Amino acid sequence: MNSIFEKGGKLYWLHSTVDAFETFLHVPGTVTQKGSHVRDAIDLKRLLILVVIAAVPAALFGMWNVGYQHGLAVGDLRLNIIGNWWYGFLRVLPLFLVSYIVGLGIEFASSQIRGEEVSEGYLVSGFFIPLIVPVDIPLWMLAVAVAFAVIFGKEVFGGTGMNIVNPAILTRAFLFFSYPNYMSGSDCWIHYKPTEQLVDGFTGATPLALDGASAQYGTGFWDLFIGTVPGSVGETSVIAILLGAVILLWTGIASWKIMVGGVLGVLFVGGIGDLAGITTIPCYMQLLYGGFAFGIVFMATDPVTSAQTECGKWIYGFLIGALCITVRLFNPGYAEGMMLAILLCNVFAPLIDHVVISTHISRREKKLKTA
Amino acid sequence: MSQTFVLKKGLNIPIAGEAELRVSKTIAPGIVAVQPTDFKGFLPRLLVKEGDPVLCGSPVAADKKNADILLTSPVSGTVKEIVRGEKRKLLAILIESDGKRQCVDFGVKDASQLDAAQVREALLQSGLWPWLIQRPYGILANPEVRPRDIFVSTFSTAPLAADTAFCFGSELAAAQAGICALTKLTDGKVYVGLDGNGTSPFAGLKHCELNCFRGPHPTGNVGVQISHIAPIRKEDTVWTVSLAGLVAIGKLFTTGKYDVRRKVAVTGPMAIQPSYVDALPGTPMQELAAFYGNTPVEQLRLISGDVLSGKTVSAAGYLGFFDTQVTILREGTDQELLGWIRPFRFNQFSADRSYFSWLLPKKKYAMSTNLHGGARAFLMNDGYYAKVLPMDLYPVYLAKACLAGEIEKMEKFGIYEVLPEDLATCEFVDPSKNNIQAMIEQGIDLMLKEMA
Repeated sequence: MNSIFEKGGKLYWLHSTVDAFETFLHVPGTVTQKGSHVRDAIDLKRLLILVVIAAVPAALFGMWNVGYQHGLAVGDLRLNIIGNWWYGFLRVLPLFLVSYIVGLGIEFASSQIRGEEVSEGYLVSGFFIPLIVPVDIPLWMLAVAVAFAVIFGKEVFGGTGMNIVNPAILTRAFLFFSYPNYMSGSDCWIHYKPTEQLVDGFTGATPLALDGASAQYGTGFWDLFIGTVPGSVGETSVIAILLGAVILLWTGIASWKIMVGGVLGVLFVGGIGDLAGITTIPCYMQLLYGGFAFGIVFMATDPVTSAQTECGKWIYGFLIGALCITVRLFNPGYAEGMMLAILLCNVFAPLIDHVVISTHISRREKKLKTA
Repeated sequence: MSQTFVLKKGLNIPIAGEAELRVSKTIAPGIVAVQPTDFKGFLPRLLVKEGDPVLCGSPVAADKKNADILLTSPVSGTVKEIVRGEKRKLLAILIESDGKRQCVDFGVKDASQLDAAQVREALLQSGLWPWLIQRPYGILANPEVRPRDIFVSTFSTAPLAADTAFCFGSELAAAQAGICALTKLTDGKVYVGLDGNGTSPFAGLKHCELNCFRGPHPTGNVGVQISHIAPIRKEDTVWTVSLAGLVAIGKLFTTGKYDVRRKVAVTGPMAIQPSYVDALPGTPMQELAAFYGNTPVEQLRLISGDVLSGKTVSAAGYLGFFDTQVTILREGTDQELLGWIRPFRFNQFSADRSYFSWLLPKKKYAMSTNLHGGARAFLMNDGYYAKVLPMDLYPVYLAKACLAGEIEKMEKFGIYEVLPEDLATCEFVDPSKNNIQAMIEQGIDLMLKEMA
């Protein structure tokens, strides 16, 4: 690194930024100073870029779906796959730009203030944020929400690794409660210009909010599984999300216990609702609706904010699934409960761990005493 | 009652440069160093001055807190130099050997006929006492205490560790005498951990409880074995002795001499023809220059011990007291272009599935000291680390408690059971590149200060 970026140099205030770009290009030539003399080749850049790669199928599908839903809404299906994708890409690209510019800007500045290297955590959050918001969200709102989430969700606690709630989910929650008109209802999920002529019987509601009414798009099992329905950009396609899940599970970055726990939680509460006649939706279909799949695969498994202990992961996953369906079935105000379920469980994760560890330790002590 | 423990967790680090099972050189060093810094908890008081003649086994330093604990010279000759560091801290006592190997005669004794006081006296006098390490905390054993049990591990699973069957397999009689002596020092048992991965030459030892351990590193660590046989609880004190120490103690009784000569494995990817040498603790590293040949020393790291927990020594430094291994590595100061994003890095080892090392389970890697990333806060959760730690505890919680200096939490998460070396595999796999061993060390130091 040039010496003007070192401490005392003229451009020291850019130190973290320059270091971030430099280490992006090279694995630095730093050698071990203390402890183990050799280290594993794995680092956070590798781990986190894999999470981003895992989310790419969902992002690509989401972009295509933006174009496709627009076509359905205006009754114009002439665009082919590439055309639809390009249409959506142009709509989603600004979201990515805002998310990364605002988020990384704050991240770089805070790292410099703390005198640390820039952590890669936001690479992932910044990629997720555009995927969990409606495509038509005004960019300034997104910018405000990202700034809030990164500063108050992460940096005040000490940066990546110290945060209590997932910054991407916090961004969404901030938008949801501050600007509900842009985040819920039936006007925000499909992109169209006010001047455009819409088809007869058009509805902008997501399948979850339709509650059995008819729409211009299909709402069968396969429509939901493939994801040709309106919704937040990247959350609709269960099959694209499952591709990502395979990568995350294979590499072991995400915990299969959380995912399985979540599915069990959904089936449990969904099953009760099903049997008690509270809903007409069969419990397995609950897995396909709304943000559950995206949330349980990418958001709930965030290693920082999820439960840490192996037993705790089961409980944490199950609670998320169960709470999500509880909101869906028993709360008349909100159609979807995944975001709230994850947010609440993020907050409770340390408590879950505390209980698991305390139980484990006291049981072990008892065993040792009798032995 | 003998048990076999099969441990699933852990990690064998596939580093190249295993020592061939032959002794390529017998080193009769001109100078040896007695380094008080090798012993945690030892406050040295010098007993000799420059120019004093010493015999093999005569005391050169004593502990300030307990004057009975002595460090003795491993050779006969004269004291050449007292090396001091900052604040006049005593670093080493250099002794010039006269090559005659004249020994103080401590007298041949049958250890099984002695009582506890006599054994203790013999070990203290001869300078073999510092081989006894107290757990918790890994400090010198206190002679006033009778430990609950004494533990010996007869094998090491550390990367490239010396083969104990090769080094000590022929010293069974001494090992047996050592065990007989140790049984006098405890009201409990002497536990001996055997290598369950093959047949152990030490399976015939008597007057002790034998247990087999099978599994990857750190299964050979005595701390891991203790936690499976009889975990250390608060208020417990146990002692541990390494196999080299056990044999040295045995030889004191069978030959009457202070004899700490042993085979030392010279290993590592940069070692030329890695093999064993016959050496004393405190042997200058210069004697091993043939093993790294013409490579400039600045590009090398010499480690007294293994790559996970060994100590960096300079080319002008000395072999540590407890070490039976020297590892020679390349300093990894080179920058690797776009290393982290490459789909394959066949020359780098990773235990993580994000890389493809698992495709080549037999491959050995020429590892260097590169950190492979930047230091970050802990990001992966506890289970990621617990996978490589065959102990019933939560490594990240323990490390964080140590960092925070919260004694109650450290106790709860098991500070009594561990030494830094036990969590070395966790440190190796950490993608956030934390110095976990240093954190544990910090915690132990705090405990020592607060509990004293």
